[in-house]
Amino acid sequence: MNLPLTLRKLVTVICEADLEAHLVADLTQLGVRGYTITDARGSGAHGPRDAAWRASANIRVELLCDEAMAQQVAETLHERYYAHYGMVMFITDAAVLRPQKFSR
Amino acid sequence: MPFEPVILFFALGLLAGIVRSDLKIPGVVYEALSIFLLLAIGLKGGVELSRHPVATLVLPALVVVGVAMLIPLVAFPVLHRLGRFPRADAASIAAHYGSVSVVTFAVASSYLLSRGDAAEGYMVVFLALLELPAIVLGVALARKGATDTRWGPLLHEVLAGKSIVLLAGGLLIGWLAGVDGIRPLDKVFFDLFKGMLAFFLLEMGLVAASRLGDLRRAGAFLLGFAMLMPLSGGLLGVVTGCLLGFSVGGVMLLGTLYASASYIAAPAAMRIAVPEANPALSIGAALGITFPFNLLVGIPVYHWLATQLHGVL
Repeated sequence: MNLPLTLRKLVTVICEADLEAHLVADLTQLGVRGYTITDARGSGAHGPRDAAWRASANIRVELLCDEAMAQQVAETLHERYYAHYGMVMFITDAAVLRPQKFSR
Repeated sequence: MPFEPVILFFALGLLAGIVRSDLKIPGVVYEALSIFLLLAIGLKGGVELSRHPVATLVLPALVVVGVAMLIPLVAFPVLHRLGRFPRADAASIAAHYGSVSVVTFAVASSYLLSRGDAAEGYMVVFLALLELPAIVLGVALARKGATDTRWGPLLHEVLAGKSIVLLAGGLLIGWLAGVDGIRPLDKVFFDLFKGMLAFFLLEMGLVAASRLGDLRRAGAFLLGFAMLMPLSGGLLGVVTGCLLGFSVGGVMLLGTLYASASYIAAPAAMRIAVPEANPALSIGAALGITFPFNLLVGIPVYHWLATQLHGVL
């Protein structure tokens, strides 16, 4: 049996762990219905981020939503954080089973 | 023996970091250790506090906090005018130096203890009180003229941050429980304290080693500042402590508090409140230079200053 798949947007944000509380507040305000946060490590423009302590820790935030919401999230985070914080964001297509879960 | 043995753990961590050892203390262990240390320090202070009428501390506390504000107020123009740092960076670094380092305080207490010197137990109250004001002042300096500062989230960030919650919470629990009430917890919080501090310092050595690269980019001015500022702050603390009539140990601890720079509460708060400030500069100076400087040189110097000036002033 082939389950019906629908395309939604997967927004992935990798940023400084210090931003977590603020990011969560922004997402809630935008009306995002769910997200997943994991601790992350790596290296980039801000040097090695080894998560040895909070000031050098990263998080990875993932959320599934429709295209309009993805656009809104991208605009909001870009406006609020891109200038001064370590943040990378990318949006890809993701096939989901229950599209209504990830729409407004 | 000029060194407190726990300092050698810091040196080991530093060395391991410099030779790029694969030694790594997991982030959760770092978190757990810092929770333990903050609680234990708070509890210890609270127990001591239970022997004192709290009302007698109000005036010294006001003086201690008031005089401490001189540190960021002096550090800011030095960095901004002389060091030519942008306003945001100068203010952020000034806030780090005005605020305090809990672990430096813990090492100074151990240093006193191993020399058999006593200090007023309520110094921990000043430790808790000194964390916030300099951060607020630093944000005000950075934001001079700007009206869009959101103070609510900033105050929440610091006051609800783990260091204040655990220090103040520990103080309260220790104060309520008193000497006898806390005895069943002695083994965990007081007997193990030094061992835990040793673990934490090992980790701090690793972290400090990872910040050394930042300093190479920061330049000689910040390097000099990160050593002269604690010495000036230490002297200010020693003089203030003498004038307030503290014991030699208390005078030395106040010197250490004024000399130390925050690297737990201040970095997190400044990152959010003054995003345009470069955290590599403030954390590099506070943790890469001032923290080891205080451990290896500062603490014995503040102790010496305290013994010299105590009774003279």
